[in-house]
Amino acid sequence: MSKLVVIGDGMVGRRFLEAVVQRDPSWDVTVLCEEPRPAYDRVRLSAFFDGVSAEELSLASDLDGVEVRLGEAATEVDRDAKVVRSASGEYPYDKLVFATGSYAFVPPVEGKDLPGVFVYRTIEDLENIKAHSEGRRHGVVIGGGLLGLEAANALKLLGMETQIVEFAPWLMARQLDEAGGGVLKQHIESLGIGVDCSTGGTRIEAVDGRLRMDTNREGVSYDTDLIIFAAGVRPRDQLARDCGIEVGERGGIITDLSCATSDPDVYAIGEVAAMEGVCYGLVAPGYAMAEVVADRLAGGEATFPGADMSTKLKLLGVDVAQFGAFDGPLATTYLDPANGTYAKLVLSDDAQTLLGGMLVGDAEPYPLLRASVGGKVPGKLADLLGGGEIEGALPDGAQVCSCNAVTKGEIMGAIHEGCHDVAEIKSCTKAGTSCGSCIPMLKQLLAEGGVEVSKAVCEHFTQSRAELFDIVKVTGITTFSELIARHGTGSGCDLCKPAVASILASLSNGHILDGEQAALQDTNDHFLANMQRNGTYSVVPRIPGGEITPDKLIVIGQVAKEFDLYTKITGGQRIDMFGARVEDLPKIWRKLVDAGFESGHAYGKALRTVKSCVGTDWCRYGVQDSVKMAIDLELRYRGLRSPHKLKSAVSGCARECAEARGKDFGVIATEHGWNLYVGGNGGFTPRHADLLLSDVDSETLVRTIDRFLMFYISTADRLQRTSKWVEGLEGGLDYLREVIVDDRLGICGELDALMEKHVANYADEWKGVIDDPEKLQRFVSFVNAPETPDPSIEFEEVRGQKFPAGSTERSQPVPLGTPVIVRSSQGK
Amino acid sequence: MTTPPFEVVCEFGRLVPGRGVAALLADGAQVAVFRLLDDSLYALANTDPFTGANVISRGLVGDRGGEPVVVSPLLKQAFSLKTGACLDDEAVSLEVYAVEVVDGQIRVGALSEVKAST
Repeated sequence: MSKLVVIGDGMVGRRFLEAVVQRDPSWDVTVLCEEPRPAYDRVRLSAFFDGVSAEELSLASDLDGVEVRLGEAATEVDRDAKVVRSASGEYPYDKLVFATGSYAFVPPVEGKDLPGVFVYRTIEDLENIKAHSEGRRHGVVIGGGLLGLEAANALKLLGMETQIVEFAPWLMARQLDEAGGGVLKQHIESLGIGVDCSTGGTRIEAVDGRLRMDTNREGVSYDTDLIIFAAGVRPRDQLARDCGIEVGERGGIITDLSCATSDPDVYAIGEVAAMEGVCYGLVAPGYAMAEVVADRLAGGEATFPGADMSTKLKLLGVDVAQFGAFDGPLATTYLDPANGTYAKLVLSDDAQTLLGGMLVGDAEPYPLLRASVGGKVPGKLADLLGGGEIEGALPDGAQVCSCNAVTKGEIMGAIHEGCHDVAEIKSCTKAGTSCGSCIPMLKQLLAEGGVEVSKAVCEHFTQSRAELFDIVKVTGITTFSELIARHGTGSGCDLCKPAVASILASLSNGHILDGEQAALQDTNDHFLANMQRNGTYSVVPRIPGGEITPDKLIVIGQVAKEFDLYTKITGGQRIDMFGARVEDLPKIWRKLVDAGFESGHAYGKALRTVKSCVGTDWCRYGVQDSVKMAIDLELRYRGLRSPHKLKSAVSGCARECAEARGKDFGVIATEHGWNLYVGGNGGFTPRHADLLLSDVDSETLVRTIDRFLMFYISTADRLQRTSKWVEGLEGGLDYLREVIVDDRLGICGELDALMEKHVANYADEWKGVIDDPEKLQRFVSFVNAPETPDPSIEFEEVRGQKFPAGSTERSQPVPLGTPVIVRSSQGK
Repeated sequence: MTTPPFEVVCEFGRLVPGRGVAALLADGAQVAVFRLLDDSLYALANTDPFTGANVISRGLVGDRGGEPVVVSPLLKQAFSLKTGACLDDEAVSLEVYAVEVVDGQIRVGALSEVKAST
């Protein structure tokens, strides 16, 4: 078996390993990784300060035939013996790949090694910065490029006063011109971050437990607690230099377009490679190199396709994008100082061809512009520059997703083969799955492909559910008939009526069967129970957090026995009683309510359960009281009507016994508090919830869940689970966090008030029925024979309990090896 | 035209506007009677042909393209309240019953092709 040694396990190295294993699994691969952890997403490094853990940034995956030796740095390459050495071992190779990446460049400033001075490159760097920031208040970032702004954002997230010092005359000088850099500076200063350009540190000294940095500017020095050098990176090529492989004048291992170095058995990929003399500091060209070498190792002839250096970022909440050429024969610009936006387009001398450009403050036209580079200008210049409506068709060859190299043609092909929404395009083509900046473009292409992305609720309302929610909220309309008369057509249907019923229930008080609302409820809501296939109902009392007393268990047993109900434990830690006849429902609930039970809302688009593990009360591993938290959450949100059902769980430690990450909102205890995950679900397309907050106290946790739920209820589509809703948010989880944690839209007060109203006005729906003779009248099989049960309902006994009669495949024993026909069944 | 034998079902006021009730006829047949928001009445057989369950009376009413319908609460097929025809499967339909109000009482007739009205 041929031996492959890879030095370095970063993003590009990891992509390379995956590509090798996929194309030619016969290689015996050893990876030497200097860092103590496997590859992680360095592009999202700053998210570490936003509550994302090192584990979640990890890109590690188990790959067959690959041995990753963590914390073991390669120390020597002996090309004659074809062996790589480390402090503890020797690794012979047939082919060797350098994927050593870069190191942070620190200019030779006196005092650069003092405690409190950091670089911004690895998770360890970030951990050290975080630890040092505690109890301190001021930090200086040296460098106003991409990395420097990331570092400034990190300090801001740590709650520090932050000062950026940049040697160039303006920010992001490699991506922006002076005007663009000026607009960016204006945005950043408005966030309370200081920006001094044309300034460089000359000397750092320790003064009274703090740091003082002198600069090249007369009389300008900074007293601070912490300094971060983020002034660029340099290729880590020392090992290659030491073994005589050719390196470039400004560093980097020289390669040809096949990524081969001056030694044909040695390749270099990623930031350490100087491809025909040029180092690329972005991940996309690195990924392309990884694919090239994997192909070569499998016997292919691939060459580097060229790099698209376009970037689009959200830095400190400001959109910044640069694409194609930085300058050219003809340039046209637009500056809006009031809104803080700047746009520049670089054109051919006849102004017909788009060569490149940049956008600051508003990067909406970026996907279209980037994909049009080298082609015809895709619209009127005034619209492209000034944020007007843009209409223009891209050529099929234009790359829409640069992260994954997906062209418009491939996406249109997928649409014609049946992809009907963004989620389907993502899974089919991989477009939009990395940075997500092309998602608005995917929506446009869906429209171009003739896919109606109508959000209309049904034929009676052209509005989406979110729009109807706003209409009801603003107008104060309280009835369906008024809403449809003023804002819809016809008499409604089984789509719009329950949707409006849910909106009315979310926004107003009163029983869901009061007055006209009764006519809107789906049959399950109308009878406050779940209809099953033979027309009988199932009954689920609320058991908050899954905690129940023996006495209450006995009541459930007695009720089930008296009314001859089939009983089953549900997945949500409750007990479901099946086979209840409609006329028995009030009698069953009279007994349950008397024993202290409430409706479990198993029938409604509402909060179902909050599962829990046993937490600190009993478990030797638990770190927080998960049961109490689950009960508190379930009691807070019980009865809350929403666009779809809501499920939750609370786990008392990281072992996650309550399976909280499979829930719409899941809570996992940490030693310092709680982690909140949102947007998970089981069902047809399972999805793990994403981390929204970490290590927060109980009050912050509950307040954030309040806002998450109310924001979801206010803006989601009909029957849209939280997972699809979060995925569909432009800006995704970061945007969600900005809205409900940072209150960027200024709506948190309103969301809080909506939830307070819900909590204050909650009343048990079943109690409201059994105390109301008028509502009780409905619970009969026959209006003209209230005491007569439906004679057509029959049961048979199986395994000691009753089942609907006539389910032959169930009553017959199934011979082993015979396929069992799975019936479709109504959702519980 | 001979008047079919009618059976009294209940008072008109028992029906919630926009919903249905089930009635058991003397011959054992089950009928679903609906009152719409404009107080018009319709009556169809109560048995859902797709599942065999007697649940049509518990479906939501509304319209599809202007045709008044009831939607089965189990698998959500729509049936015309006027003709009983299933709009999602032309091979299936529900029987239509005559229905009228006399002295405030709802009366349901035997199977009829007469269009029901108040």
